[in-house]
Amino acid sequence: MTKTSQIVVTVNGEKYVEDVPVRMNLADFLRTKLGLTGTHVGCEHGVCGACTLFLDGVTARSCLTLAVQADGAEITTIEGFETDKNASDLIKNFHNRNALQCGYCTPGMLATSIEYIEQGNPADREKVKEHISGNYCRCTGYQAIVDAICTTIEERQG
Amino acid sequence: MSGPATIFDKPKDYIGKSIPRSDAARLLRGQGRYVDDMQLPRMVNAVFLRSPYAHAKINSIDVSKATQATGVIAVYTGKDIARHVEPYIGVLSHLPGLRSPAQYPLAVDVARWQGEPVAVIVCTSRALGEDALELINISYEQLPAVTDTLDALSSESPLIHNQYDSNLAWKREVEAGNLEEAFAKDDVIIVEKQIKFGRHTGVTLETRATVCDYIPGDDELIMYYAGQAPHMLQFILAKHLDMLEENVRVVAHDVGGSFGIKVHTYGDEIATAIIAKLLRRPVKFTADRLESFVTDIHARDHVVDAKIGVRKDGSIVGMGFNDFTGIGPFSMYPRTSAIECNQILNLTGAPYQFEHYHAVGNVVFQNKTLMCQYRAVGHPIAMAISDCMLEEAARVIGMDPVQIRRKNLIPDDAYPTKSATGMRFDDLSHHACLDKLLTIMDYDALLADQAKNRDNGIYRGIGFVSLVEVTNPSPMFYGIGGAPIASQDGATVRLDAAGALHVSSSVTEQGQGTNAILQQIAADVFGVAIERVKVTTGDTKTVPYGGGTWASRGAGIGGEAMLLASHALKEQVLDVAAVILQAKPEELDIAHGEVVMKDTGEQKISLGDLAKIVYYRGNELPNDLQPELIATRHYRVTDFPFVFTNGAMAAHVEVDTNTGFIKILHFWAVEDCGRVINPQLVDDQIRGGVVQGIGGALYEECVYDKDGQMQNATMADYLVPMASEMPEITVAHVETYTKTSILGAKGAGEAGTGGAPAALMNAVNNALAPLDCGMWQMPMTPERVLRALGKIG
Repeated sequence: MTKTSQIVVTVNGEKYVEDVPVRMNLADFLRTKLGLTGTHVGCEHGVCGACTLFLDGVTARSCLTLAVQADGAEITTIEGFETDKNASDLIKNFHNRNALQCGYCTPGMLATSIEYIEQGNPADREKVKEHISGNYCRCTGYQAIVDAICTTIEERQG
Repeated sequence: MSGPATIFDKPKDYIGKSIPRSDAARLLRGQGRYVDDMQLPRMVNAVFLRSPYAHAKINSIDVSKATQATGVIAVYTGKDIARHVEPYIGVLSHLPGLRSPAQYPLAVDVARWQGEPVAVIVCTSRALGEDALELINISYEQLPAVTDTLDALSSESPLIHNQYDSNLAWKREVEAGNLEEAFAKDDVIIVEKQIKFGRHTGVTLETRATVCDYIPGDDELIMYYAGQAPHMLQFILAKHLDMLEENVRVVAHDVGGSFGIKVHTYGDEIATAIIAKLLRRPVKFTADRLESFVTDIHARDHVVDAKIGVRKDGSIVGMGFNDFTGIGPFSMYPRTSAIECNQILNLTGAPYQFEHYHAVGNVVFQNKTLMCQYRAVGHPIAMAISDCMLEEAARVIGMDPVQIRRKNLIPDDAYPTKSATGMRFDDLSHHACLDKLLTIMDYDALLADQAKNRDNGIYRGIGFVSLVEVTNPSPMFYGIGGAPIASQDGATVRLDAAGALHVSSSVTEQGQGTNAILQQIAADVFGVAIERVKVTTGDTKTVPYGGGTWASRGAGIGGEAMLLASHALKEQVLDVAAVILQAKPEELDIAHGEVVMKDTGEQKISLGDLAKIVYYRGNELPNDLQPELIATRHYRVTDFPFVFTNGAMAAHVEVDTNTGFIKILHFWAVEDCGRVINPQLVDDQIRGGVVQGIGGALYEECVYDKDGQMQNATMADYLVPMASEMPEITVAHVETYTKTSILGAKGAGEAGTGGAPAALMNAVNNALAPLDCGMWQMPMTPERVLRALGKIG
């Protein structure tokens, strides 16, 4: 049960070569092997969305992804959203609009928001709500998050 | 005048403004410090084996194979752990008659709920520990499970604790006037309903977690935990692990949501501390989601037989009810599982004037997860009993729900006053809140929309609630009953040599913005830029002694202590400045980090320069002047048991009579939490609270089968509110400052969760009224709506 395998991953632009237990999920790998604890685990069965990150440019649940599946992949986590995803405006709007309270859902919520914005979607509140409805937030009631995403889109559109 | 009472004579730079929380910047960049993020040298993991049965005798436990498994360092059974701990009992002396047996961190002879820990493996990794769990062999003898609250009280029911004559933990009766006699009169119209409230739970996104470390040389136990009340836990660990309190340090860094879930004593966390002591090394325990569902405290779980009597003119004659609440097999330590019932007895009908009241509360043991205080303790039940019964009575006598409230709400100029149950109220504003609510929601337009849609077979409803909210608790809440829970809080404010302010407080941060409002208050009252204020909370070693954050006390109590401490330091600094500047202290003020002339604003000396004289060049000061540049003040509420907040809320819903789905079209909340320190933070507290209230009203329920097995203990099966179903929530304020403090702030954290369920039930019943049916059970699931409509059997 402790079989390991070597993987090569690029996380936030930095290359890592690591031996990982084959059953270890990507979230645990990032958190315990690389010390990138910004990725959070909320349910470990792909429902709450807290562990969402970018795997080769696409959002993925890192609790449902084995670390060995990420071999050769480029990963962007919350630690890299500002620089690698050019999301400083979204982060600023989350901050100014109080779109987080405890901050535990924030890594996944930001990832899902970045994806929505990158896909060129509109600042349409209902569409935003639909898009982030796989990310659970117990604190905010979601309204502030929708505000922050819409503001970012509107600002980018000038 | 220069006393703290004059602080608000001048406009403020920060208090009352929506300043973004400075600590959010860290969280937005993945730099939070949550417990599970911690890695300490030689740290090992505690992995718990939990009872698969709701009620079972443990005949034997064989751990020999598990002990040999890869990575396993130690294995302890419940008996092993029990040898190192004084058991705890969840009773309080101000709840006379409450009984609950001694409880150990892990089950010893009998497991009494599915999920109760029975053994623990200490292992180099959580995954290896979980492998080894399968090697523990336990011989159980299943016992009959007591699950239904009402059946549990029948004489036929099996007993959960053989030393008691029944499964009743506590009973209290409250009577005012003479309800039975009053209801017997001819002009009284009586409405009776049974209202059911499902069991739900907090589902904090960060699960409960602790890292415990023991340093033998200092005999020091350090517990890092995701929790709300570090000093309470310090006392508990010292008492039950037989340590000196000063040798126990409890630290809470970032906490991923709490809502009352993380303010209790959990066996797995206590056991982790015991193991750290035994093994003399750091031990981590992080609950997984399944463990959270079956071990985090659950909430509500009430069956209430309620009645209200009104006259034709709508005036309330009286209210009565009999509440049965199931609390699991023990009363939770140390806050007890009777407080929710007690609150319901105290709070029901609190916004209204009436004479006759008769309420009975029954707190009942069952073989389910323990029930205890969760956000808005008792409020959703109390508000639903009074406001849903009131609107039902209004329907019966053909009166508008707003009119019946206007008739009965305590007048805004009647304070101070008392409720029928003896609760003392001051500085409330029920009518002003209702007025504002009607304005922002445009009630008349909604009524017109409702009538038009009904003609087309679309059933929309409007429901209200007028609520009170218990906040800023005094020692009368827990301390009086013998609980090690501080009701006062302290703040320390220190000027450093660079002119920056370091402040610490015993209230704690779980995301609501405690640190931010403390920063705003200190910056404003002392007179520095907010960026120059650094806040420390959550560490028993460094912060003043206090209660932490629960019952919406952070701003009202912790904030007032910070105001007093900041003002005290300001006076001290002005005394020093007066000597340096050869002026009188009353001629000086502090603004934007400078000592200035009060009348002209002329800058005289910067705080940094002043501090440098004090710290480095004391020779420039007179010998009899030894400034400390640090001040501590404590504050507790003295004149009232708690400071009530009030508000009014309304929900607009559409009920799909074909599918049973309820869509919330909009929600409005008007809150009077006294002085609003940060409008954006308060508004979002209320929104988040409303959404938790929506969860309990429409979606969330811990479903159990008759054997006491929780059927939906995953996030895929237990429904929480997600963005797509949530309405826009409009928030507005009436500000009636509490006279109990200079700051004038009351709590705001409970309102949404306490009020939303009643508003929603009223809205649904308002929608269903033309169909001659109603909903009296939460959550109001589509299945239950269809059942109420008679569309399914």
